[in-house]
Amino acid sequence: MAKSRDKHPGIDFTGTTGSETDIAPLGTSKKKPAHEKTAKEELGKVNWTGIAKMAEFKALLAARRKFVLPASIFFVVYYFSLPILVGYFPDLMKTKIWGYVNIAYVFAFSQFFMAWIIAILYVRAAKKWDAETKSLMDIAHARKFIGGRS
Amino acid sequence: MSIALLLFLVFVSATLVITFWAARRQTGASSYFAANRSITGWQNGLAVAGDYMSAASFLGIAGMIAFQGFDGFMYSVGWLVAYLTVLLIVAEPLRNLGKYTMADVLAYRLNARPVRAMASLSTLTVSTFYMVAQMVGSGALVKLLLKGSGVTFEMAVIGVGILMIIYVVFGGMLATTWVQIIKAVLLLGGTLFLSIMVLAHFGFNIQSFFDAVGHVVYHDKTGVEVTKDFMTPGLKFKPPYGALELLSLGLALIFGTAGLPHILVRFYTVPDAKTARVSVVWAMILIGCFYIMTTFLGFGAATIVGPDHIAANGGNNMSAPLLAERLGGEVFFAFISAIAFATILAVVAGLTISASTSFAHDFFSNVIKHGKAQTPEKEVFVARITAFVVGGIAIAIAILLGEKANVAFLVGLAFAVAASGNLPVIVLTIFWKRFNTAGAVSGLATGLGVSIILILLSPAVRGPHAIFPLDNPGIVSIPLGFIGAILGTLLSGDKGKPELYDELVVRGNTGHGAEKASSH
Repeated sequence: MAKSRDKHPGIDFTGTTGSETDIAPLGTSKKKPAHEKTAKEELGKVNWTGIAKMAEFKALLAARRKFVLPASIFFVVYYFSLPILVGYFPDLMKTKIWGYVNIAYVFAFSQFFMAWIIAILYVRAAKKWDAETKSLMDIAHARKFIGGRS
Repeated sequence: MSIALLLFLVFVSATLVITFWAARRQTGASSYFAANRSITGWQNGLAVAGDYMSAASFLGIAGMIAFQGFDGFMYSVGWLVAYLTVLLIVAEPLRNLGKYTMADVLAYRLNARPVRAMASLSTLTVSTFYMVAQMVGSGALVKLLLKGSGVTFEMAVIGVGILMIIYVVFGGMLATTWVQIIKAVLLLGGTLFLSIMVLAHFGFNIQSFFDAVGHVVYHDKTGVEVTKDFMTPGLKFKPPYGALELLSLGLALIFGTAGLPHILVRFYTVPDAKTARVSVVWAMILIGCFYIMTTFLGFGAATIVGPDHIAANGGNNMSAPLLAERLGGEVFFAFISAIAFATILAVVAGLTISASTSFAHDFFSNVIKHGKAQTPEKEVFVARITAFVVGGIAIAIAILLGEKANVAFLVGLAFAVAASGNLPVIVLTIFWKRFNTAGAVSGLATGLGVSIILILLSPAVRGPHAIFPLDNPGIVSIPLGFIGAILGTLLSGDKGKPELYDELVVRGNTGHGAEKASSH
């Protein structure tokens, strides 16, 4: 891949602020680059409200919620059981079950596996949502909610 | 001692070389701030893990476990499970709303100036706390490495601080990302090796390992020899407030990660939300394994080196390097210390960059100068001044706290501030239609203010004259942060703009319109 500096010898390519790719431009006199326009400025190009009202979009939100809400409640409850049990039921948690290994240690250790399992389950579920999102956006495009670019 | 110093200098030079390499590849702000969004899933996972596996995790947790057993493990657990908050709730919407910083997400459908000002202040505060922790760790480390040469903790902190400030001026996001990746590989490798050596010391007999942990011998504060079971909870979190402290800490850790500006910003360095998701999972695997290993390091240090020896040689933060010295001699000590130092350098560089950029750009240009155009030289100048000031403040506070302040604990405070100030407004702007500018400002102000005031009134700062009984303010400041944001929203007449929220929801969930990776 030819580098810009090879194509334009002698030009200083040191990064500058205020350049075309800069984050929010300095001041308000310059036109903003496309990716930096706020929601207000881009309103009108895409019919966001139209998409938001689509049955397929609502189904996507519902599918997400169906996983994320119970999963979040579960991991929060599972996690906070640890400080609550250790703090308020110390004698129970200090009970040794194998040599010096006690319930507290085993429960704390299990938290790692709980986190990993939920993460993997999430990634699996999210793959399905990706497919749903793709078809949803195709439909939105067909209904002219999205102009021009795909 | 000379091998240690030599290896140490080799590592530092290597990180500086990477910095200069990256600095030469920069082609604009998108490169400086977001590495051109060219980082892949596993690379970002390593980078995020690297950022997370800072002095706090490596030195701090090992140290806490070495001195107080099981209770230190609570930090490890919280820090890993916290990533579920990031994965399930924050990472993808953040990436899809496609901006560079946390403040950009907040400013998306809200009034930019007040929100950016508050978010900038919050970023500065969280970063300073985090940095103070790293400075304490590095000061203790350098002092131990140069043992016998008369270097005091204060001198070490100042020297390291100056080095870090210089480092930051040349570095950028690309540099810090690659330094993090390389450092993460070395840190994981070194920790794995050290853990294996610990188990080897016990003949790979897990039972005898845990038996030894059950009988740690040391001299307590009054000089009496005691034997304690380090597997039991309660050595650190004791009555009367131990249980509440644990809960408060847990809240801060679980909700703090998703509010850490310098971690969140890493999700903008990947091409899309799906990659961001994958990178979080990679990070969780690496971080989880790392934390499991550091508990072996901590227990190993308690049983093989002993708290007495550690206390006499730099304090609890030096448990892991001293363990390396005991098990692998001077070379291994040097190797581990050099990695720990590279770790700290990389993390501090990232923190200082995000903090000084946030101040120079969000606060200075948009707030103080009312959005009037500033010359590039002026903005860079302001960013540099900020780096000096932030670095200077961190040095001063680190010296004030001294080398005995456990770095994991200090970072826990940073998490409390992030969880109280940043997380409520991030969650509410993504999920609550009614949320408005007043709510964001009051939420940030309440969370930030309450957590800092409570820290200043806590036993950690005021000792026996503490007004607030807990070291970690989370259990009070996090709910208050949420309440502040909710009340601020409801009490203000601003009904927000439903059509902007529709856009945010669609963009957040579908990724349409998100900033794509650039080709250069």
